[in-house]
Amino acid sequence: MNKAFLQIGFHHQWVASAIRFVGLFVLALVFFALILLVFGKNPLRAYADIFSATLGSAYGFSEVAVKMIPLILTALAVALPSRIWLINVGGEGQLFIGALFATWGAVNFTNLPVWLLLPWIGILGFIGGGLWGAISGYLRVRGWASETISTLLMNYVAILLVNFFVFGPWKDPESANYPQSAPFPDAAILPSFFGTRIHLGIVLAIVGLILFHFVLSRTRWGLEMRAIGVNQEAARRNGISTNRYIILLMLIGGGAAGVAGMGEVSAIHGQLRPSLSPGLGYTGFLISWMAGGHPIGIVAAAFLLSVITAGGDILQMTHRIPAAGVHILMALILFVVLARPAGKKGGK
Amino acid sequence: MIISFLISIISGAIHSGTPLLYATLSETVGERTGIVNLGLEGIMLIGAVVGFTTTVQTGNPLLGVLAAALAGGLFNMVFGFLVITRRANQLASGLALMFCGVGLSAMIGASFIGSRIQGLNEVRIPLFSDIPIVGRMFFNYDILVYSAIPVAVLVWWLMFRTRWGLGLRAVGENPTAAFAAGKNPHRLQYQALFIAGILGGIAGAHLSLAIAKTWAEWMTAGRGFIAVALVIFSKWHPLRAIAGALLFGGAISLQLQMQARGVPVSSFLLDMLPYVLSLVVLAIWSGARRHATPGSLGRVFQGTE
Amino acid sequence: MSPIPLLTLRGITKSFPGVLANNHVDLDIYGGEVHALLGENGAGKSTLMKILYGFYRPDSGEVRLNDQPIHIQSPHDARQFRIGMVFQDFIQVPALTVAENITLFLPTLPFVLDHVSIIKRIEEVSGRYGLKVNPHAYVWQLSVGERQKVEVLKLLLADARVLIFDEPTRSLAPHEIEGLFQVFANLKRDGYALVFITHKMKEVLACADRITVLRHGKVAGTLKGSEANERSLIALMFGRQIEESPGRPSEKQSDGRKPLLELKGITTQTEGMAWGLKDIHLTIKPGEIVGVAGVSGNGQKELGDVVLGLEKCAAGVKYLHGEEATAWSVARIRASGVAFIPEDPLGMAAFPWLSVQENMAMANPRMYSKQGGLSMDWQAVRSDLQASLERLGFNIPPYYVPLGILSGGNIQRMILAREMAHHPKLIIAFYPTRGLDVQSANSARKVLTSSRDQGAGILLISEDLGELFSLSDRLVVMFQGRIVGTSTPQQVSINEVGYLMTGSKGETKQSE
Repeated sequence: MNKAFLQIGFHHQWVASAIRFVGLFVLALVFFALILLVFGKNPLRAYADIFSATLGSAYGFSEVAVKMIPLILTALAVALPSRIWLINVGGEGQLFIGALFATWGAVNFTNLPVWLLLPWIGILGFIGGGLWGAISGYLRVRGWASETISTLLMNYVAILLVNFFVFGPWKDPESANYPQSAPFPDAAILPSFFGTRIHLGIVLAIVGLILFHFVLSRTRWGLEMRAIGVNQEAARRNGISTNRYIILLMLIGGGAAGVAGMGEVSAIHGQLRPSLSPGLGYTGFLISWMAGGHPIGIVAAAFLLSVITAGGDILQMTHRIPAAGVHILMALILFVVLARPAGKKGGK
Repeated sequence: MIISFLISIISGAIHSGTPLLYATLSETVGERTGIVNLGLEGIMLIGAVVGFTTTVQTGNPLLGVLAAALAGGLFNMVFGFLVITRRANQLASGLALMFCGVGLSAMIGASFIGSRIQGLNEVRIPLFSDIPIVGRMFFNYDILVYSAIPVAVLVWWLMFRTRWGLGLRAVGENPTAAFAAGKNPHRLQYQALFIAGILGGIAGAHLSLAIAKTWAEWMTAGRGFIAVALVIFSKWHPLRAIAGALLFGGAISLQLQMQARGVPVSSFLLDMLPYVLSLVVLAIWSGARRHATPGSLGRVFQGTE
Repeated sequence: MSPIPLLTLRGITKSFPGVLANNHVDLDIYGGEVHALLGENGAGKSTLMKILYGFYRPDSGEVRLNDQPIHIQSPHDARQFRIGMVFQDFIQVPALTVAENITLFLPTLPFVLDHVSIIKRIEEVSGRYGLKVNPHAYVWQLSVGERQKVEVLKLLLADARVLIFDEPTRSLAPHEIEGLFQVFANLKRDGYALVFITHKMKEVLACADRITVLRHGKVAGTLKGSEANERSLIALMFGRQIEESPGRPSEKQSDGRKPLLELKGITTQTEGMAWGLKDIHLTIKPGEIVGVAGVSGNGQKELGDVVLGLEKCAAGVKYLHGEEATAWSVARIRASGVAFIPEDPLGMAAFPWLSVQENMAMANPRMYSKQGGLSMDWQAVRSDLQASLERLGFNIPPYYVPLGILSGGNIQRMILAREMAHHPKLIIAFYPTRGLDVQSANSARKVLTSSRDQGAGILLISEDLGELFSLSDRLVVMFQGRIVGTSTPQQVSINEVGYLMTGSKGETKQSE
C-alpha cells in the first residue's frame, strides 16, 4: 500500500491520469475512424465536421452546453452515492419521476408568478427524484434488495408511470393523438440565455457540482461519507451510521436526477413526453464512472459525451451516418478505458 | 368475442414472449456464472440487424438466424474480454456494450431501412394446426417459437445435468471453491458468454425476422433490459423463465389488444406489474434470495467485486 | 497400525516476515491411527499442515510418502498424493446440493453427470463411516456438523488416504463431537491416516493414538495416546512459564467507586460458525485492568462488539458509568469516553486513504465540527493529536499525508494516539501488542498501565498469557462464549488458566 501511494505521488495523480486518458481517447478515435472506413465514410472529414459544428461556432458550442446540463446532474446522481460504494443505475427513472412531479406542479399551479412557480417545480423535481431514489435506499438498508437491481427495475416502473399519465389523465386535449401533457405555462419554463437554448438549469448543474465538492471536502458529513467509502467497518466502529447515509445519499442523488428531469421538461420540451430522455440516466452513469466520481472529471466527461452526441446529429445530416452511429464512438472510448490494465484512478 | 380476445392474448403472449424467453435464457446463463450483462440490449440489436440483412441478401431466413446467432456470440466476446480478462466493472462494460450495439446496428442497418422480407413463416403442423381455436392458439408459429421451449429445456439440461454446467454454476457461486476443484473459471465464463451471445442473437433475430419483419433503429425497445428483470423474476432458473416470459409477453400483448379495442383501463399500470412483482419477489425471498442469487453476482451488486 | 509411517515430515522449517512458524519440525503419520497436533494459537500447527497440503512451500526440510521423497507444490499435487484437508472454513458452494458439491470435487467425471450412481456411492460411503447426510439437501440448509460431514465425504470420494482436520470441533455441539470421533474410529479401522489439529486437550485425550505438541514452532514432544495425560500435555504446551511476572504494581483497590462497565446476563445470537455470548457477567471498575484469557475465536470479538454497542444483545443488560446503556448507539458510547483498540487496527480502525489528521478527526467527528457540520476545526484536531502523541512519546507524522503511507507500526501508534486522545474512561484493547516489536509492545503496555493508574478501566483481551499475568489486576477466562473462570493473577497459576482456556475444568474437577 505504501508503494502504491509513493508511486502515484499524490499531487501528480490527476495530471498523470488525465494524460493517460487523452491517450486512450486518441486510441478510440482511431478505432472509430477504422469503422467509418469500413462503412465507406471519410473519417477525417467526419471528425472535422463534428469539430466545426460543435466547437467551431458559438451556436454549436451552446448546443453542447445544453446537452451537458442534464448529464452533469445525472452524473452527480451516480457520483454521490458511489462515494459509499452504492451503485445507482436508476438515474433514468429518477429523472422521469422528477419530471412527473414538476409537471404536476406546472399544470396545477398556473396562477403563480414565475419567481414562485419555477422554484416550486424545481423543488418538486428534486422531491420526486429523491423519493424514487430513497425507496431503493430503504430497500437496501432493510437488506431486501441491492440498489443496483432495485434502481434498475424502478426505471421501468417510472417510465410506465409517466406513460400512464401522459396517455391518460394528463393527456393534452389539444394535441390529437400525441402522447404528451398539456404545455407548461410560460411561468414554468426555465428561461434561457442570450438567444441560445442554454437554460437556467446550467446554474443548478454548476451549483450541484460545487456543493458536491464542497460538502465532500469540507464538511463533517463529507468526511464521514469518505470514511465509509474508505473503510466501512472502521466507520461503523467509530459510530457513523451507514444506514442513515445510504438513504440520504440515494435521496439526494435521486433528487439531482429529478432536477435534471425538471430541467428537460421545462426548458427543452415544454411538456411532458415519453421521449423525454434518450438514455440520459445511463449516460450519466457512464460519465460518473469514467470520471471516477470527481467533479472536474464529470464536467470533462459530460463535455466529451455531449460533443459526441451533438456530433451525431451533424453526421446524420452531412455524411448520412445514422445519428446513433456515434454511440459506437462513445462505446469505444469506454472500451479502451475499461480495458486498460494499469490500476484505476480514484473511483470504480 | 371473448374467445377471440383470449386467443389474441394468448397467441400474442406466445409470440411476444419468444424473443423474451431467448433473451432471458441468454442472461440467465451469463448471470449463473457470475456475470451481469446490461448490454443484452445491444446483443439483441446486433442479432436483429445481422439476421435481417443476411436474409435480405440471401433470401434465406434460416441463414439469417444462423448469422444472427454467430454475430451475437462474437459480439459478446468483446464484453467477455473486458469483464473476464481485464476484470473491468461489469455494469459499466455492459452499458458500453449496449451503446455499441445500438450504434453498430444502426450503421449496419442504415441502408436496409424500409426493406421488407417474407421472414420466418409460420410452420403449419399437419392435423394440429387445423384444430379449431386450439390450433390457432398453439400451432401457428414460426420455427423459433416452437424451438423456444425445447431450447429452454436444453439450457436447463446443460446447466444442471452436465459436468460443464456444474462447473459453471460453481464459478458463479464461489469461484475460489471452483478453482480449488480444478475448474478453470475464466474458460468456463468465456464459454458461457459465447452461448449467451448466441441466445441473445437469436432473440434479436426473432424480432426482426418474425415479429416485425423489418428493421428499425433500436427496435428492441428495452426488451434487453426487461430480460434482465425477468432473470431476477424467474430466480435464475431456465424453466421458470418460460413462465416469466409468457407473463411479460402476455402483458405486452394485452397492452396492444386493449389499445386496439379502446379499453379505458390503462395498460401501463398492468405493464408495471411484472417489475413490481420482481421487486416484491426479491424482498420476500431476501433470506432465500441470498441463495437464489448466484454468489459472485451478489458481490457485483454490492460493489465489492 | 502399520510399522512404517505413511507420511513423514523431516526438518520442516518455514518462516514468514517477522515470525518463525515452523522450526525443524519432524512428524510421522501412520495409517490406521489418529495423530493429534496439539498447541496454542500461533504454535505453528496450521502452517505445518498447510505445507503438507501444498499451500506453502517449506524453506527447508522434506516430505516423504511411503519413504519416497515427494514435492507438493500445490493443493492439486496434494490431492494427487491422496492427501486431503478439511479446513475450518469449508470449501463448499452453499447454493448447490450436497451431491453437487461432492461431484464438483471428484477427480474424473464424464460430460453427462450420472447422478444416480454418484448418489449411490455417497450413500455407500456415508453409511460405512457414519457420515449420514441427505445428498439432495442444499448445503446452506445444513448445520455446521452436517456440512463437515459433506467435507469429509468430498475427500473420501475423491480417494484421499490421509485426512487432515483443522480444528474440526470448533463449532460442534458435544454430541456432534462424539459423532466425529466415531467417524474417526471407523476410518481408522479401514487404514486411513487421520491428522487432527487442535488446542483442546480433552478431545485429544479422548481420541488420539499419537500426540505431537507444538510450541512456538518447535516440536515440544510426541507422546502415545495411551501414555499421555493432561498434566504432561499442559507442560509441553505451555512450558515452564512460571512466575515471570515482574513486580506487581500497586494493589490499588478501587472499591466503593462506581463500576465503569457492568454486563449482566449478556447473551447474543450465534451467527454461523462464531460463538455467541452466553450469560456473561462482567464488571470493570475504574483503575483496574481486567484481562480476558482465551483462545481467539471463543467469543472475545463478540464481547468487544457488545461493549462498543456494535452488536445487539438477545438478552441481558449493559451499564456504562452507572447508566443503562443496552440500547446506546456506537457514537453515544464512544462519546461517553470509551476507546477501542481493535485486533486488526489497519482493517478495523484505520482509514488508509484519508489523511492523518482526518483519521484523528474520526475519533469524534461531531466534536470537531463547526457551524453544525459545515466545516471542521482542523486546528483543534491537530493540537489534540499532537498532545496525545507527546503524552505517549510517539513521533509526530506529517498531518496531510494519507495514513496508508505510514508503516504498519506507525499506523498502530496513530490509532492508539487517536483512541487515547480524549482520556477515555474505559478502554477495550484487543491483542494490543500482537505483531509489534519489543519496543513498541512495551510502550503499548506502558500506555495501558499508566491509563489504569490514572483511573481508567481496561478490558484487555490477549492470547499472551505472560502479558495477561503481568498486566491484569483481575483475570477472566473465556471458552465457547462463556466465562469459565474468574480470579486474580496472584491466586491462579498459568497452568490452570491453560486448562480453562482449552476446555478442561482443571485438575481438581475431572468430570463435568
